[in-house]
Amino acid sequence: MSSNKIRWSSWLPLVPALALLAGILLVPLGKTFIRSVSNPGLTLANYEHLFTDGVTMTVLGRTALTAATVTIAALVLGYPYAYLMTRVSPRTRGILLVVVLIPFWTSVMARNFAWIIILQDGGPVQSAFALLGFDDVVLYGTNAGVTIAMTQVMLPFMVLPLFSTLGSIDRKLLLAARGLGSSPTAAFWKVFWPLSRGGVMAGVMLVFTLSLGFYVTPALLGSPQQSLVAQLLAQRTTLLLDFAAAGALGMVVLVITLVLVVWANRVGGTVSAIGVVATSQPKDR
Amino acid sequence: MSSPTRTRRRPDTVDPIPWWLKVVGGLVIAFFILPTLFVIPMSFSSATTFQFPPPGFSWRLYENFFTNPIWLDSLGNSFLVASLTAVLATTIGTAAAVSLSRMDNRAARLVRTVLMVPIVSPAIVVAVAVYISFLGWRLTGTVTGYVLAHTAIAVPYVLVSVTGALGGFDQRLLKASASLGASPLTSFVRVTMPLISRGVLTGAIFAFIVSFDEVVIALFLRSPLFQTMPVQMYNSVTVEIDPTISAASSLMVVAVTIIFILPQLLRGRAGRRQEPRP
Repeated sequence: MSSNKIRWSSWLPLVPALALLAGILLVPLGKTFIRSVSNPGLTLANYEHLFTDGVTMTVLGRTALTAATVTIAALVLGYPYAYLMTRVSPRTRGILLVVVLIPFWTSVMARNFAWIIILQDGGPVQSAFALLGFDDVVLYGTNAGVTIAMTQVMLPFMVLPLFSTLGSIDRKLLLAARGLGSSPTAAFWKVFWPLSRGGVMAGVMLVFTLSLGFYVTPALLGSPQQSLVAQLLAQRTTLLLDFAAAGALGMVVLVITLVLVVWANRVGGTVSAIGVVATSQPKDR
Repeated sequence: MSSPTRTRRRPDTVDPIPWWLKVVGGLVIAFFILPTLFVIPMSFSSATTFQFPPPGFSWRLYENFFTNPIWLDSLGNSFLVASLTAVLATTIGTAAAVSLSRMDNRAARLVRTVLMVPIVSPAIVVAVAVYISFLGWRLTGTVTGYVLAHTAIAVPYVLVSVTGALGGFDQRLLKASASLGASPLTSFVRVTMPLISRGVLTGAIFAFIVSFDEVVIALFLRSPLFQTMPVQMYNSVTVEIDPTISAASSLMVVAVTIIFILPQLLRGRAGRRQEPRP
């Protein structure tokens, strides 16, 4: 009897959090879903349009391609960095960790504005390319510029899961492989890489999933002709005021994201990883 | 960076860090830090465009930021919304974290995962859904609307931060406190709170920053009468071409850097204070 009472009262402090989540997120999303399938009778027309309008599928494909490019770039840059973090002294490691978190905690608008300055026509990137003999390389307004800016802010989500995996690998295995006559490259690919695949998988899933939903960066640095899915969603909501069509697209994006998150959770505990990255604090010791 | 490691760590001569790895590390560090620094010279520009490098030195942009009512109002609005969000999200998130820490079953784990949903959902999907609902509830362009929406996305950060602080919390302390006659509320205030206060403070700072810096939802909830600073910054790039944004950006970068370092300093000092204790 009394244990039941304790259990009931211990759930009570959760009510505000769950009520807020329901009111601000679940009810609006539920209404969005209902609106997207009614006209007012039950209909799937809004979803059929996504496949037949000739725009949505192109934009979704472009978004997936951009997210994949960001993911690969983040892996190529993040893997050596995370590995370096496992090799240096604790003090240097602390500094490297602070540095990883800088873009994450830099103001979104300040960071995107900085990229506008750098990538704009006449900006430092164009000047640098001109010095190398390539004139007229302006990345502002292109998908390449969007990809570079997105990679910068997504790198923490690659580095931190990788760091925790790489740090737990016993380096003596590499030395043993070398001792047995293996080249450094072969030792890496045959011994180290397979052991690090869990962290790679977690980082890849995390970066890809989060990259699908970017809005501010493509809106500010990309071009309207090369828009990503978040821009399409915003445009259909605020310019066309087509809430039912926007709702259908929003539901598709949300379902793709959540399916990826659930899948990623199986391979590497992604939901908690995002929380950990988001609230990670560099430790100096 | 290379010399201290080489002199201090002799064993590395057997298994040295390859030079190219240090080069890659250096490049990644530059990629993390350098781009944002461009806003600082820009903020002293005398130009009326986003021209780089700046043609001349001037305080004009800072002057405009601190005298133009559009910028000042949006700054004030951001402070108001972020402060209220921090208070609300910290209260709600701490209550949830403390009660979840006392349960260890499937239901509690499910609730914990569900409460993290705002972090994993794409901001644009949340923003569109919230916008359409708030239109019907007449909450767009209101402080209440901003605070409610920002609190919903800030609670997970408080939850993670307080849960981390509760990691080393011995639940037997509460039984001891109860057996000595303390009510659950007294136990919370006198036993739990002091032990998790740093986690709570960190959560509050995160909630403040999350709200202060939030753009996507704010873009949808804005009205001509009420908008936050990130929205004004967005306008100044997309509509107005107003270089005052570089002064605003520099101030944000400096402010967030200070706020970000503050928990480190607090942690360091609190750690030192605790050490002499038995």
